[in-house]
Amino acid sequence: MSVTQSEAASLQPSGRKLRQQRMERVIVVFLAVIAASGVLITTGVVFALIGPTIDFFREVKITEFLGSTRWYPLYEPPDFGVWPLVVGTFFIMLIAVTIAVPGGLGIAFFLSEYASPRTRRILKPLLEILAGIPTVVFGFFALYFISPNIASKVWPIGEVGFYSGLAAGITVGLMILPMMTTLAEDAMAAVPRALVEGAYALGATKREACTGVIFQAGLSGIIAAAVIAMSRAIGETTIVLLAAGSDAVFSFNPGNPMQTMASFIGFAGMGDQPTDSTGYRTIFAVGSMLFVITFGLNVMSRKIVNRFREAYE
Amino acid sequence: MSVAFAFESLRDTTSRGRKIRDRVFLGGLWAATLVALLTLIVLVVTTYVDARGKLNFDLLRNFPSPFPQDAGIQSALFGSLWVVLTSGVLSLFFAVGSAIYLEEFSNSSNRLQRLITLNIQTLAGVPSIVYGVLGLAFVVRGPIGWGFTVGSASVVLTMMVLPMMIVASREALKAVPPSLREGAYALGATKWQTISRQVLPAATGGIATGSILGVSRALGESAPLILLGALAYVSSNPTGFDSDYTVLPLLIFKYATEAQEEFRAVGAAAIIVLLVLLVVLNMLAIIIRDKTRKSW
Repeated sequence: MSVTQSEAASLQPSGRKLRQQRMERVIVVFLAVIAASGVLITTGVVFALIGPTIDFFREVKITEFLGSTRWYPLYEPPDFGVWPLVVGTFFIMLIAVTIAVPGGLGIAFFLSEYASPRTRRILKPLLEILAGIPTVVFGFFALYFISPNIASKVWPIGEVGFYSGLAAGITVGLMILPMMTTLAEDAMAAVPRALVEGAYALGATKREACTGVIFQAGLSGIIAAAVIAMSRAIGETTIVLLAAGSDAVFSFNPGNPMQTMASFIGFAGMGDQPTDSTGYRTIFAVGSMLFVITFGLNVMSRKIVNRFREAYE
Repeated sequence: MSVAFAFESLRDTTSRGRKIRDRVFLGGLWAATLVALLTLIVLVVTTYVDARGKLNFDLLRNFPSPFPQDAGIQSALFGSLWVVLTSGVLSLFFAVGSAIYLEEFSNSSNRLQRLITLNIQTLAGVPSIVYGVLGLAFVVRGPIGWGFTVGSASVVLTMMVLPMMIVASREALKAVPPSLREGAYALGATKWQTISRQVLPAATGGIATGSILGVSRALGESAPLILLGALAYVSSNPTGFDSDYTVLPLLIFKYATEAQEEFRAVGAAAIIVLLVLLVVLNMLAIIIRDKTRKSW
């Protein structure tokens, strides 16, 4: 049967349809451009950091940067030894992770094996509220509560001043506790229920199921979560700036004031650094270090999950 | 009789040592949970006690000041509203646009999509202070050169919350069942008609919830804005994108660093205002989530 003239005409797209099709193509391109803008931000971050960092190392010898233990880049004469910042960052991160990782794991075990549905319904929103509290509020809390009432009481060696790495570390640990809990819970939820039920069937107690099965089987996710927690602690600025003071003291005793890489950037930003000064470039040099370290930790966390995941199903 | 005996022997397999270790373990878990709960309670209660004398209308009416008796938060409140609303609208536009492209117009074999997804993952892990450094180099100075203004702050906060909001919007679009799309196609709708008239309305709840969470993050954020000039006593409300500004978190920071003891009350009162705003936003998110919840 042959196609009549009018039927053939109706198969041709009408003018309106053509316009519609053209418009749809424009929309797709437009959306792709919007989506690509995210890539622009990353490129922007890298480029914003790289140029001034290179300029910085033209002025400051890398031997001084890595060889000196005095960090007074905004003073006259300046000192550019980065070690006080590295040590401060490390100690505050260590204190924070010491609180947040076991604490988060404990709460996650509690929520997944012990808590009744009713307890869970109460606990989860409270943890969400804690997770949503702005860091500046934690900083204020560190200054007026943690520092005088906790930090100065628990430290066994020597005096703890008003500003201390210890108070900052404790508070950062409490701040990332809810996040660590959520990530650990996710890691534990990925363990097949049959494994846990199997342990119970063999007569394991809840503790034995937690430490012997859930922890072991969820270990890759738990380690990845701990690495993310480290990265968050290293990047935290406001709490450290408020609670640990603004002196980059080279010290291995967290009872002293400390400065981290992030809190130095904040501190330098509080004063207006002239665009063409070494002080201004210091912000970018330290920013590059911070970016590379946190980026490395995040990539590591993803690699750990992918490589060591136990595929059960 | 023999059944009872069997149960008895089963119970005995849990030896005393195991029982003690179980108790200690549970005690540890309780301790961890209590630490989290106590942090929240003590933080809110001590801040409220500090703030009590200052929680009045003068706090909202007065401008920030280096003199504690007449220090208020008015310009910071308006500054926060300006910055948060602007970055909320901007990031909603970019997040929904990106999410539609990534979910509806491309798939994981598309190289652009893989590149963008990797980027979003990377950006989500960047410390917020680094966005401040980026903003200082590109937005405040450098090519855009917008200075210490409401506009600069909004642009930088938009970049900061964007990764999180793209992820939330993608999840919302993913939750719309394919049958809805297929139904629209079957009725002759084009792809864009399907998206704009069926998929987007169905995903509104999820997108709104995600955006509100992004906006609350922008509202509480302090670190990048230290580098963007918000740390100052500003005695007038912003009038446009070129105005100088301060925001609530930065004003709290400023009051916390003042030496005089009286500022503690002002800072605590500003914290209470900030927390109330955050609670309102989160309740809004919960209400929207419940209102728009659909079962397909």
